[in-house]
Formats: sequence, C-alpha cells, structure tokens
Amino acid sequence: MEFLTSLLNGLSSGGTYAIIAIGYTMVYGIAKMLNFAHGDIIMVGGYAMFSTLLLINQPVVALIFAIVFCMILGVCIERFAYRPLRGASPLAVLITAIGVSSLLQSLAQIIFGAAPKMPTRLQISGAIHIGSLAISYGTIVTLAVTVVLMVALTVFVKYSKVGRAMVAVSEDRGAAQLMGINTNAIIAITFAIGSALAAVAAYLMLMKAPSLTNTLGAMPGIKAFTAAVIGGIGSIPGAMLGGVLLGVIESLSLSIPVLAPFTDAIEFAILIVILLVKPAGLLGKTRREKV
Amino acid sequence: MSAIIAFFKKPFIRKYANYFIIALLTLVFGLLSATGSLKMGNQFLMEQIAIAVLLAVSLGMVVGFLGELSLGHAGFMCAGAFIGGKIAQMMVSAMGVSQNNILVLLVSLLVGGLTAALFGFIIGLPALRLRGDYLAIVTLAFGEIVRAVVMNLPDTMFGGTLGVETPRFDRKYFFVIALLMVLVCLAVTQNLMHSKHGRAIISIKDNEIAAKATGIDITRYKLFVFTISSFFAGVAGVLYSYTQSRVQSATFDYNYSIEILVMVVLGGMGSINGSMIAAALITFINVKLQTVLTGNLAVLQNVIYALILIAIVIYRNAPGLKGFREKYNSKTLLAWLKKKLGKGKVADAEATVVAAGVETVEKEEAKDE
Repeated sequence: MEFLTSLLNGLSSGGTYAIIAIGYTMVYGIAKMLNFAHGDIIMVGGYAMFSTLLLINQPVVALIFAIVFCMILGVCIERFAYRPLRGASPLAVLITAIGVSSLLQSLAQIIFGAAPKMPTRLQISGAIHIGSLAISYGTIVTLAVTVVLMVALTVFVKYSKVGRAMVAVSEDRGAAQLMGINTNAIIAITFAIGSALAAVAAYLMLMKAPSLTNTLGAMPGIKAFTAAVIGGIGSIPGAMLGGVLLGVIESLSLSIPVLAPFTDAIEFAILIVILLVKPAGLLGKTRREKV
Repeated sequence: MSAIIAFFKKPFIRKYANYFIIALLTLVFGLLSATGSLKMGNQFLMEQIAIAVLLAVSLGMVVGFLGELSLGHAGFMCAGAFIGGKIAQMMVSAMGVSQNNILVLLVSLLVGGLTAALFGFIIGLPALRLRGDYLAIVTLAFGEIVRAVVMNLPDTMFGGTLGVETPRFDRKYFFVIALLMVLVCLAVTQNLMHSKHGRAIISIKDNEIAAKATGIDITRYKLFVFTISSFFAGVAGVLYSYTQSRVQSATFDYNYSIEILVMVVLGGMGSINGSMIAAALITFINVKLQTVLTGNLAVLQNVIYALILIAIVIYRNAPGLKGFREKYNSKTLLAWLKKKLGKGKVADAEATVVAAGVETVEKEEAKDE
C-alpha cells in the first residue's frame, strides 16, 4: 500500500515535471536553444499569483493573471535577449539564457525579499480514502490538469495551422520561411505557450506546498530539463514520458530511507547514464551532422 | 613614465608582461605584509582574488579555448576543498605539526588538485559523446551530485551540513602562496595555449569535424583540457579551504559556477589576461560591496552582473550588431581617448599596460579569424 501511495505521489509530481519539460522541449525543438530561464518563469508565475491574491482573493483569477503575465514575460525575454542572438553560436545563446535566469531570480529577491511567502489560499488539502489508500485532492487535480493539457497540446500541434507551422519550423527553419511561415512569430508563440505552461506548473507546485521563494523554479526547472532530455529533447511525447518517469523514480527513491538523502544525486546520475547510452534520449531522433 | 611604457612594448616583455605584473604584485604585497603594514582586510582580499583568478583561468580553458560550456566548475572546487582540507587536517593532527606547515599545505594542494583532476577526467568522458547544451547540463548535474553526496555522507567523513574542519594558514603569508599558485597556473595555461597543443584545442572549438579530419586526436585533447582545468579548480578549492575554519558544501552551489562563468565571459572568452583582470575586478567589487550592501540589497550586484553578462554576450555575438561592433570597440575607443587627451598627456601607466594586453589578445583573435 505504501508502494502504491508513493507511486501515486510520483505520478503527480511527474505530471508537474512533464508540464515544465514540455515548455523546455518545445522551445528547444523550435528555437534550437536551451531556455535556462524557463524554471525562473515558474517562480515569476508564483509571485504573480501571490501578488494577485493580495488584491483579489480568488485563486482562479490569480492563475489566469499569472498565465497572462508569464506569456508576456516569455515573449519579452525572447524578443530582447534571444532574438538578437539568432544565428550566433549556441554557447552565446546559452550564456545569455543563464544571465536572464540569474536576473529574474535576483530581481524577485529584491522586490519580494528572501523570506518565503505563503499563499495558503492556493493550497488544496483533504483526500479521498479508498480502503487504506489515501489520494489527496492535490494529486487528483495535478493528474487531471496534466492529462487535459497534454491532450490539448497534442491536438493543437497536430491539427491546428499554428501547430503545424511549429512542426515545420522545428524540422527546417529556412525551408519553413520559404514556404511563407513567419518564423519569428512562431518562435514567439512557442515561448508564450511554454511560459503559460510554466505558470500552470507554478500553480500545481504551490497547491501542494504553499512556500514561495525566488528559487522555487530553479531545481524543478533543472529536473524538468533532465526529464526532457531523458525523453528525447524536441519531442513532446518524450517530455511527458520523461517527466512521469522522473517523478516516479524520485518518489520511489524518497520512500526508501537509505536512498532518500541521495535522491537528487540519483536523478542526475540517471540523466548522465541515459545520455551516455542513448544521447538522443528515449524517444528522440538521432541526427547525424553532415559536412 | 614613457620609459616604462616603452619597456612593456618590447615583444619579449609584452609576451610575459602578465607574469612580471603578478610577480611584482606578489613581491610588493608580500614585503608589505612581512613588515606588518598590510591590513588584515587587504590580505583577505588578495587571497580571494588569487582563488578567483585560478578558477577563472581554469574555467577559461574549457569555455574559451575548448569551446564547451561547463556549469560544474564549483563542483571540482568542492571536491578539491573537501579532500584537500580533510587530508590537511588529518596530517596536522596525526603528525602534530602546526597549521602553518608548508609541507602539509603542498601535499594537500597536490592531493586536492589530483582528486579534482580525476573527477575532471570522469566528467570529460561524457564530453566525448555530448556537445553544447547536453554537456552543459551534464556538468551542472555533476556539480550537484558532488555537493549532494558530500553533504549526505555520514558526519564522520565530511561533517554533513556542518562541513569539514580545515586548518588555517597564517594569513600574513598565505596570499603569497596563493599568488604563487596563480603564477604556476598561468605558466601552464599560457604555455599550453601558445604551443601546438593549444592550437589543436582552439581548432576543436572552431570546427570539430574539420579538426578531426586534419588528424587531431579530439578524444585526447578534450580529456586533457577537462583534467587540467579541474586540477586547478581543485587547487583553488584547497586554497579556499585553508582560508576557512570550516568548509561547507552549500558554498559550492550552481550560482558559484555561474559567477566564475561571468568572470570568464566578462574578460573575453579565449583571453587568459582578460579572465584574470575580470576575476580580480569582480572579486574586488564583491569584497568591497559586502560591507556596504546588506540584506536584500546584496542581490543588487547579481542583477548588475546578469545585465552585464547579457549585454556583453549580445554585443560580441549578435549577427545584427556587426556594424555597430566595428564602429565602437576597444580599439576605436582607445584611439578616441588618445585624440581627446592629446599627444602630450599619457594616460595612467597601468591603464596603458592593460590596454596593451587587450590589444595583443585582440590581434591574436583577429589572426585566428
């Protein structure tokens, strides 16, 4: 029974990882860059919700405001920090992204202070009991949100005009541009979607544990990137698989007392091993570099 | 004054000017300290600068010359600090010698450096299969693994969250030793980069496939650079452990790696002198601001670093800013300054020497391109 509980917890945190990982993987697939600041957009989303709650005490309003705010922020970051570097070396883009990440974290600390904020209004407590198994409402909400978002995203990418343009841009940016696709707009939309997902992830995280600091998104961000890489970066189903897998591994490792303190180390070790054995990830495509 | 400038413009002197300047500084400050006229705060500052320079130069080898991004440099330093500090402490208590024993220090520097080098070799192995973003994330993961493992091992080994106890060297002379290590590191790095092997490493950065096609053993060079770089990070770690009474793993977090990266980028990637100047400058500002900015305002300097980092990278790399870059760079700025100041007045000698260093580097870069 304990095993089942930790499995469910793992699925729930894995769902959150998957949502963040999709943000990473979409941006990576389309803009061919690792958006290091993605984790910090989660944190900004958290603070946006916290600030809204001070004015209007409605979690739903707060969530919607956070989503809109993060979308605008994501597009702005892309416009001012990443777009000037399109076509430059990947190292330059990566360093800029690290700079943006550090900037967001420091600004948040200056504005809101280092002490954790407690937006308890977002918390969902209580649980359903099935026999001796207790499933918290938080877990159920997370799983439901994850499934709905994933189905919606898959449908969007596969069948909508914008979604198919995204696939085209990720396949070959130059060719897509020749076919009349506005690549800059598509990349901006990708950043907006990724940032919106980050805001949702912030809600899911604060719903379970309402403690908000400026490093809220840093660790989950890195882990979600790990998940995206495990699943094969650039592939949306891969990010889902990787996220859930990572969540389950984390939760199982936490439930074993000997391994619990080393959970982070284990997760990163798995990343290194998977990258060594299968550098393209579980569902990723290997691409050979042509001369 | 002009004689000094002319002296530094001689080709031989110019090539080794950085050695002379560091040796001179070491000598002057060492003498000052020996006669007791150097303040405690300045001794501390010199130690910190030496450690930062070591870290920046060693990371610069990987990022600037090999062209791979490493985000786990603090992890190598962590390994060096804990192993070196622990060994030094064990030797001090087992042999009953004083904390100022130079032999103990040298042995622990060597052991700490070699341990870090071993880790560097291990992390260099995935570097053979991975590139760019993937490698960056693996090095980041590695740094976190080292930190997590050190923190969670039984308290008898590395003291858990409290940290490991380390000996403390006499502050009066410690910075001299630290600066001497900088000289060693500089000698190794600069000679390596000016040699045939250095050219091979730079060619790997420019085009790996072309380098391979010309018969360069990429595997060997990548492992080599990672090993050397982490060796000096480990040495810096041991030096750091000697400046603290306790070393805690929380110090070596991801942000520390980023700070080192900022130094390298600020100094100009692929420039040893640039890294050294940037490291000294940032450490100086950090130490001086520590007492001025407290609480949440202390983060203000991180905001400024982040903005500088973004601005510099965009300025140097944005394809759209090529014309701007050609119009406004350090060379045109210098020419403008000279024009403004007139022929009679010469700017402060130090500034000229620095500028000469920058100019050489730029010329070299231009040649490479």
